[in-house]
Amino acid sequence: MNSVGEACTELKREYDQCFNRWFAEKFLKGESGGDPCGQLFKRYQLCVQKAIKEKDIPIEGLEFMGASKAKTENSS
Amino acid sequence: AVSAGSGLAGTQGTAPRSSRPSWQRPQPAGRDVTADHKLLSRRLLTKTNRMPRWAERFFPANVAHSVYILEDSIVDPKNRTMTTFTWNINHARLMVVEERCVYRVNPENSNWTEVKREAWVSSSLFGVSRAVQEFGLARFKSNVTKSTKGFEYVLAKMQGEAPSKTLVETAKEATEKAKETALAATEKAKDLASKAATKKKQYV
Repeated sequence: MNSVGEACTELKREYDQCFNRWFAEKFLKGESGGDPCGQLFKRYQLCVQKAIKEKDIPIEGLEFMGASKAKTENSS
Repeated sequence: AVSAGSGLAGTQGTAPRSSRPSWQRPQPAGRDVTADHKLLSRRLLTKTNRMPRWAERFFPANVAHSVYILEDSIVDPKNRTMTTFTWNINHARLMVVEERCVYRVNPENSNWTEVKREAWVSSSLFGVSRAVQEFGLARFKSNVTKSTKGFEYVLAKMQGEAPSKTLVETAKEATEKAKETALAATEKAKDLASKAATKKKQYV
Protein backbone atom coordinates (compact mmCIF):
# COMPACT_ATOMS: atom_id res chain seq x y z
CA MET A 1 0.00 0.00 0.00
CA ASN A 2 1.20 3.48 -0.81
CA SER A 3 1.58 6.34 1.59
CA VAL A 4 -0.66 9.41 1.69
CA GLY A 5 2.39 11.36 0.60
CA GLU A 6 3.92 9.77 -2.51
CA ALA A 7 7.37 10.65 -1.20
CA CYS A 8 6.77 8.67 2.01
CA THR A 9 6.03 5.31 0.42
CA GLU A 10 9.57 3.97 0.70
CA LEU A 11 9.88 5.18 4.32
CA LYS A 12 6.56 3.49 5.05
CA ARG A 13 7.74 0.20 3.57
CA GLU A 14 10.90 0.23 5.68
CA TYR A 15 9.00 1.11 8.83
CA ASP A 16 6.21 -1.45 8.24
CA GLN A 17 8.78 -4.19 7.81
CA CYS A 18 10.48 -3.26 11.07
CA PHE A 19 7.21 -2.84 12.94
CA ASN A 20 5.67 -6.14 11.81
CA ARG A 21 8.74 -8.00 12.94
CA TRP A 22 8.84 -6.26 16.32
CA PHE A 23 5.08 -6.73 16.79
CA ALA A 24 5.10 -10.48 16.12
CA GLU A 25 8.41 -11.41 17.66
CA LYS A 26 8.62 -9.08 20.65
CA PHE A 27 5.47 -7.21 21.57
CA LEU A 28 2.97 -10.09 21.33
CA LYS A 29 5.34 -12.28 23.35
CA GLY A 30 5.25 -9.76 26.17
CA GLU A 31 8.77 -8.45 25.71
CA SER A 32 9.10 -4.82 26.59
CA GLY A 33 11.97 -2.40 26.48
CA GLY A 34 13.76 -1.18 23.41
CA ASP A 35 12.26 0.58 20.46
CA PRO A 36 14.08 -0.82 17.44
CA CYS A 37 11.85 0.98 14.93
CA GLY A 38 11.83 4.39 16.64
CA GLN A 39 14.20 6.07 14.21
CA LEU A 40 12.44 4.71 11.15
CA PHE A 41 9.11 5.77 12.59
CA LYS A 42 10.26 9.33 13.26
CA ARG A 43 11.50 9.78 9.71
CA TYR A 44 8.34 8.29 8.29
CA GLN A 45 6.09 10.34 10.59
CA LEU A 46 7.78 13.63 9.65
CA CYS A 47 7.20 12.85 5.99
CA VAL A 48 3.54 11.97 6.60
CA GLN A 49 2.94 15.06 8.72
CA LYS A 50 4.22 17.20 5.87
CA ALA A 51 1.83 15.50 3.43
CA ILE A 52 -1.07 15.92 5.88
CA LYS A 53 -0.34 19.63 6.06
CA GLU A 54 -0.05 20.00 2.29
CA LYS A 55 -3.33 18.18 1.70
CA ASP A 56 -5.04 20.04 4.50
CA ILE A 57 -6.29 16.87 6.19
CA PRO A 58 -8.11 17.85 9.41
CA ILE A 59 -6.51 15.57 12.00
CA GLU A 60 -5.78 18.25 14.60
CA GLY A 61 -7.24 17.96 18.10
CA LEU A 62 -9.09 14.67 17.61
CA GLU A 63 -9.19 12.69 20.82
CA PHE A 64 -7.86 9.15 20.97
CA MET A 65 -10.59 6.48 20.57
CA GLY A 66 -13.17 9.28 20.29
CA ALA A 67 -12.78 9.61 24.07
CA SER A 68 -14.77 12.84 24.20
CA LYS A 69 -17.88 11.02 23.07
CA ALA A 70 -20.04 9.36 25.69
CA LYS A 71 -21.40 6.39 23.81
CA THR A 72 -24.69 4.90 24.89
CA GLU A 73 -26.20 1.60 23.83
CA ASN A 74 -29.11 3.24 22.06
CA SER A 75 -28.27 6.66 20.75
CA SER A 76 -31.22 7.07 18.40
CA ALA B 1 -28.42 9.09 15.06
CA VAL B 2 -29.17 5.53 14.09
CA SER B 3 -26.99 2.77 15.45
CA ALA B 4 -26.24 -0.87 14.81
CA GLY B 5 -24.72 -3.54 16.94
CA SER B 6 -23.66 -6.95 15.76
CA GLY B 7 -21.74 -9.76 17.32
CA LEU B 8 -20.10 -12.74 15.77
CA ALA B 9 -18.00 -15.57 17.01
CA GLY B 10 -15.91 -18.19 15.35
CA THR B 11 -12.75 -18.51 13.38
CA GLN B 12 -13.97 -21.08 10.88
CA GLY B 13 -14.20 -20.31 7.22
CA THR B 14 -12.25 -18.38 4.70
CA ALA B 15 -12.74 -15.66 2.16
CA PRO B 16 -11.12 -14.76 -1.11
CA ARG B 17 -8.52 -12.02 -1.16
CA SER B 18 -10.78 -9.97 -3.40
CA SER B 19 -13.22 -9.37 -0.56
CA ARG B 20 -10.80 -7.00 1.12
CA PRO B 21 -12.40 -3.60 1.55
CA SER B 22 -11.17 -0.85 -0.71
CA TRP B 23 -9.18 0.97 1.96
CA GLN B 24 -6.02 2.62 0.81
CA ARG B 25 -2.87 4.01 2.24
CA PRO B 26 -2.88 3.40 5.97
CA GLN B 27 -0.58 5.79 7.78
CA PRO B 28 0.44 5.77 11.37
CA ALA B 29 -0.18 9.23 12.69
CA GLY B 30 1.04 8.04 16.08
CA ARG B 31 2.12 4.95 17.97
CA ASP B 32 2.90 4.27 21.60
CA VAL B 33 3.34 1.45 24.10
CA THR B 34 1.88 2.11 27.55
CA ALA B 35 3.38 1.12 30.92
CA ASP B 36 0.92 -1.79 31.16
CA HIS B 37 2.08 -3.10 27.77
CA LYS B 38 -0.72 -1.96 25.48
CA LEU B 39 0.01 -0.81 21.94
CA LEU B 40 -1.81 2.36 20.97
CA SER B 41 -1.90 3.30 17.29
CA ARG B 42 -3.51 5.92 15.15
CA ARG B 43 -3.64 5.40 11.41
CA LEU B 44 -4.91 7.60 8.64
CA LEU B 45 -6.67 5.94 5.73
CA THR B 46 -7.82 7.39 2.44
CA LYS B 47 -10.87 6.13 0.63
CA THR B 48 -11.34 7.22 -2.94
CA ASN B 49 -14.85 5.90 -3.62
CA ARG B 50 -17.02 8.51 -5.29
CA MET B 51 -19.98 9.93 -3.48
CA PRO B 52 -23.43 8.46 -4.24
CA ARG B 53 -25.06 10.34 -7.12
CA TRP B 54 -27.96 11.61 -5.02
CA ALA B 55 -25.51 13.19 -2.58
CA GLU B 56 -23.61 15.08 -5.27
CA ARG B 57 -26.38 17.64 -5.61
CA PHE B 58 -25.85 18.68 -1.99
CA PHE B 59 -22.07 18.77 -2.16
CA PRO B 60 -21.09 19.57 -5.73
CA ALA B 61 -17.78 21.03 -4.54
CA ASN B 62 -16.93 17.88 -2.58
CA VAL B 63 -17.46 15.35 -5.32
CA ALA B 64 -13.80 14.90 -6.17
CA HIS B 65 -12.59 14.85 -2.58
CA SER B 66 -11.24 11.73 -0.95
CA VAL B 67 -12.65 10.59 2.36
CA TYR B 68 -10.13 10.62 5.19
CA ILE B 69 -10.59 8.11 7.96
CA LEU B 70 -8.84 7.74 11.30
CA GLU B 71 -8.44 4.36 12.93
CA ASP B 72 -7.40 4.35 16.59
CA SER B 73 -6.58 1.01 18.14
CA ILE B 74 -5.49 -0.58 21.38
CA VAL B 75 -3.84 -4.00 21.32
CA ASP B 76 -3.71 -5.54 24.79
CA PRO B 77 -1.81 -8.83 24.63
CA LYS B 78 -2.05 -9.41 28.40
CA ASN B 79 -5.85 -9.45 28.36
CA ARG B 80 -5.88 -10.77 24.77
CA THR B 81 -8.13 -8.02 23.44
CA MET B 82 -8.01 -5.55 20.59
CA THR B 83 -10.25 -2.50 20.36
CA THR B 84 -10.60 -0.22 17.37
CA PHE B 85 -12.43 3.06 16.88
CA THR B 86 -12.76 4.26 13.29
CA TRP B 87 -14.47 7.33 11.86
CA ASN B 88 -14.39 9.70 8.90
CA ILE B 89 -12.88 13.12 9.56
CA ASN B 90 -14.08 15.01 6.50
CA HIS B 91 -17.43 15.22 4.68
CA ALA B 92 -18.70 15.32 8.27
CA ARG B 93 -21.75 17.49 7.57
CA LEU B 94 -23.03 15.00 5.01
CA MET B 95 -22.41 11.95 7.18
CA VAL B 96 -20.26 10.69 10.03
CA VAL B 97 -19.91 6.96 10.53
CA GLU B 98 -18.20 5.85 13.71
CA GLU B 99 -17.40 2.23 14.40
CA ARG B 100 -16.10 0.55 17.52
CA CYS B 101 -14.96 -3.07 17.52
CA VAL B 102 -13.86 -5.12 20.49
CA TYR B 103 -12.09 -8.38 19.68
CA ARG B 104 -11.61 -10.89 22.47
CA VAL B 105 -11.38 -14.57 23.28
CA ASN B 106 -14.80 -16.22 23.47
CA PRO B 107 -15.33 -17.10 27.15
CA GLU B 108 -16.90 -20.47 26.34
CA ASN B 109 -14.45 -21.62 23.70
CA SER B 110 -10.95 -20.22 23.79
CA ASN B 111 -10.39 -21.30 20.17
CA TRP B 112 -12.91 -18.73 19.06
CA THR B 113 -12.46 -15.04 18.54
CA GLU B 114 -15.43 -12.89 19.37
CA VAL B 115 -16.13 -9.46 17.91
CA LYS B 116 -18.51 -6.87 19.25
CA ARG B 117 -19.10 -4.33 16.51
CA GLU B 118 -21.01 -1.10 17.10
CA ALA B 119 -21.64 1.72 14.68
CA TRP B 120 -23.12 5.18 14.85
CA VAL B 121 -24.32 6.95 11.73
CA SER B 122 -25.22 10.61 11.90
CA SER B 123 -25.95 13.40 9.47
CA SER B 124 -26.66 17.06 10.00
CA LEU B 125 -27.87 17.60 6.46
CA PHE B 126 -31.01 19.69 6.81
CA GLY B 127 -34.18 18.00 5.68
CA VAL B 128 -32.72 14.68 4.65
CA SER B 129 -30.62 13.67 7.66
CA ARG B 130 -32.89 10.73 8.43
CA ALA B 131 -32.66 9.38 4.88
CA VAL B 132 -28.91 9.86 4.82
CA GLN B 133 -28.60 8.00 8.13
CA GLU B 134 -30.73 5.11 6.83
CA PHE B 135 -28.59 4.95 3.72
CA GLY B 136 -25.39 5.01 5.78
CA LEU B 137 -26.63 2.28 8.07
CA ALA B 138 -27.65 0.01 5.19
CA ARG B 139 -24.33 0.60 3.46
CA PHE B 140 -22.52 -0.13 6.69
CA LYS B 141 -24.34 -3.43 7.12
CA SER B 142 -23.47 -4.49 3.60
CA ASN B 143 -19.81 -3.58 4.09
CA VAL B 144 -19.63 -5.47 7.39
CA THR B 145 -20.14 -8.77 5.60
CA LYS B 146 -17.12 -7.96 3.47
CA SER B 147 -14.91 -7.04 6.40
CA THR B 148 -16.07 -10.13 8.29
CA LYS B 149 -15.05 -12.33 5.39
CA GLY B 150 -11.65 -10.67 5.28
CA PHE B 151 -11.23 -11.14 9.01
CA GLU B 152 -12.20 -14.82 8.86
CA TYR B 153 -9.84 -15.35 5.95
CA VAL B 154 -6.91 -14.01 7.95
CA LEU B 155 -7.82 -16.05 11.04
CA ALA B 156 -8.26 -19.24 9.02
CA LYS B 157 -4.94 -18.66 7.33
CA MET B 158 -3.20 -18.12 10.67
CA GLN B 159 -4.67 -21.34 12.02
CA GLY B 160 -3.87 -23.27 8.87
CA GLU B 161 -7.47 -24.23 8.20
CA ALA B 162 -8.87 -25.45 4.91
CA PRO B 163 -11.49 -23.23 3.29
CA SER B 164 -14.97 -24.11 4.45
CA LYS B 165 -17.34 -24.16 1.49
CA THR B 166 -20.49 -23.77 3.55
CA LEU B 167 -19.24 -20.65 5.25
CA VAL B 168 -18.19 -19.02 2.02
CA GLU B 169 -21.67 -19.66 0.64
CA THR B 170 -23.33 -18.33 3.76
CA ALA B 171 -21.24 -15.19 3.52
CA LYS B 172 -22.22 -14.80 -0.14
CA GLU B 173 -25.88 -15.05 0.71
CA ALA B 174 -25.50 -12.48 3.46
CA THR B 175 -23.75 -10.13 1.06
CA GLU B 176 -26.58 -10.42 -1.45
CA LYS B 177 -29.15 -9.68 1.23
CA ALA B 178 -27.24 -6.68 2.48
CA LYS B 179 -26.88 -5.39 -1.08
CA GLU B 180 -30.64 -5.51 -1.49
CA THR B 181 -31.11 -3.56 1.73
CA ALA B 182 -28.57 -0.97 0.64
CA LEU B 183 -30.28 -0.67 -2.73
CA ALA B 184 -33.66 -0.14 -1.12
CA ALA B 185 -32.21 2.54 1.13
CA THR B 186 -30.58 4.26 -1.84
CA GLU B 187 -33.92 4.40 -3.59
CA LYS B 188 -35.50 5.83 -0.48
CA ALA B 189 -32.77 8.42 -0.13
CA LYS B 190 -33.09 9.38 -3.80
CA ASP B 191 -36.78 9.79 -3.42
CA LEU B 192 -36.44 11.93 -0.30
CA ALA B 193 -33.66 13.98 -1.87
CA SER B 194 -35.75 14.77 -4.93
CA LYS B 195 -38.71 15.63 -2.70
CA ALA B 196 -36.51 17.95 -0.68
CA ALA B 197 -35.27 19.60 -3.88
CA THR B 198 -38.82 20.14 -5.10
CA LYS B 199 -39.79 21.68 -1.80
CA LYS B 200 -36.86 24.05 -1.96
CA LYS B 201 -37.91 25.21 -5.42
CA GLN B 202 -41.42 25.88 -4.27
CA TYR B 203 -40.20 28.17 -1.52
CA VAL B 204 -37.82 30.15 -3.70
